[in-house]
Amino acid sequence: MSDQIEWVALSVFVFFFALVTVMGFFAARWKSGPATEQHLDEWGLGGRQFGTWITWFLVGGDFYTAYTVIAVPALVYAVGAYGFFALPYTIVVYPFVFAVMPLLWKVAHANGHVTAADVVQGTYHSRGLELAVALTGIVATMPYIALQLIGMGVVIKAMGLTGELPIIAAFIVLALYTYSSGLRAPALIAFVKDIMIYIVVLVAVVLVPWKLGGYGAVFAAAGDAFAAKGGATGLTLKPAQMLPYASLALGSALAAFMYPHTLTGIFASKSADTIRKNAILLPAYTLLLGLIALLGYMAYAAHIKVDTPNDVVPALFKALFPSWFAGFAFSAIAIGALVPAAVMSIGAANLFTRNVWKSYVNPDISHAGEAAVAKIASLVVKVGALAFILFLPTQYALDLQLLGGLWILQTFPSLVFGLFTRWFRAEALLLGWAVGIGWGSWTAWSSGLKPLATINIEGVSYVFYVGLGALILNIVVAAVATLVVGLISPRAVATARS
Amino acid sequence: MWVLLLLPFVGLLWVPFFNFAEPSLFGFPFFYWYQLAWVPITALLIWLVYRSRTPDEAQ
Repeated sequence: MSDQIEWVALSVFVFFFALVTVMGFFAARWKSGPATEQHLDEWGLGGRQFGTWITWFLVGGDFYTAYTVIAVPALVYAVGAYGFFALPYTIVVYPFVFAVMPLLWKVAHANGHVTAADVVQGTYHSRGLELAVALTGIVATMPYIALQLIGMGVVIKAMGLTGELPIIAAFIVLALYTYSSGLRAPALIAFVKDIMIYIVVLVAVVLVPWKLGGYGAVFAAAGDAFAAKGGATGLTLKPAQMLPYASLALGSALAAFMYPHTLTGIFASKSADTIRKNAILLPAYTLLLGLIALLGYMAYAAHIKVDTPNDVVPALFKALFPSWFAGFAFSAIAIGALVPAAVMSIGAANLFTRNVWKSYVNPDISHAGEAAVAKIASLVVKVGALAFILFLPTQYALDLQLLGGLWILQTFPSLVFGLFTRWFRAEALLLGWAVGIGWGSWTAWSSGLKPLATINIEGVSYVFYVGLGALILNIVVAAVATLVVGLISPRAVATARS
Repeated sequence: MWVLLLLPFVGLLWVPFFNFAEPSLFGFPFFYWYQLAWVPITALLIWLVYRSRTPDEAQ
């Protein structure tokens, strides 16, 4: 890629960035009621009043991140069909959201819970389990924020800007308006970001195949390239890729709404019905994601050559779009990084405030004090993510994000099972969480930080997503331990003690 | 009605069922248009369950 600064693209980029910055600061006054009292519900959940459309833009803008727009086509470009697991993943997640998240919302709403760890503490009265869920959430979110910075860095580089100053500047702006406006800032900016992304993708999926000779030609070019490349690539899956594909899709779907940033969107919505309607409407973004993924194949038809797969999308846009529209597309991706980065830092800050600071440092903290602590925590989280990108190799962020996915999935039993049954014991769930994280991390680590584990049963080896394997182990351990704890201390005693 | 919510899991996670190039549609191999088709189908299934809930479940 050339290092020449693309002035037209850059001007468009700067315009949109300035626009959302102003919006970010003004968002503090948006939909703020007469009660201007400082409260974590206001800063951290936007006042718990977001209706169907705001939630749709917020969760859509937050779940389908900038990194997705860069990384999914990059993976599809590199390996073909296997990279499409993101599509079944972001489809099967919605029946789950529809069935489970309204129940979670009701519990949170009735008890004033702000975080997943609040819900767990409210259900099981176990400080240990609360801390486990809170720390898992914070640790899993940090590398995710770092990935958003990587996504932003890719498009800034494509416009010819080098060095780390542009990213630092963008991040300081983000940190300041998140500090002052809280969740209202990303919620308002999400409108702009999502509409921009929709425009870019619709133009791309119509214009690009038209320039390249239709979708048949796009798939044919990609198919030829994979045939020449060989290995585990192709337009359909190799038999050995089927179980990894399905288990990655299912495991990722179960993990998706365990993250603090997605749960923040759930807790901030106005009603359980808001969430149900969103489970029906959010798949629209999945259609978009499927089309974005195809950009990886379009790159072959356009004869794009890149050093790293992550450059595929910017290189394709630069090659096929006029400069001003490339600038528009790059702004959409960069702004697309700001929304999830803001929500993630708010989600992590809420966890720190409610489940670490309030539980261990200052139990008598006021509502205003909570909001103040959370604001500072959001700054610390973002500075941490920035330092991560500036001082450590990029690969660390990718590896940690992978591990983060398998870690956050281990909070599933603690958070979800309690909505349906009180049978499981807190000690048992904590043990299951620890075993799941331990086995999962060890397995991923020993296979060179690959997300896949292999087991041999009667001479046949099965390869599957390590996070899903760890979750199954987690549940089995929690169930067995619940039985054992039940024998040692019958439930009546345990209930009286809590 | 709630059993409808399981259909996307079956349809999308049983990979051998759709891991083919043919029949293609508008240039899209089967593997791709089949999975993309599940997006509106899933939204429709969830909507059907949403509509069929009894009033005491609804709030």
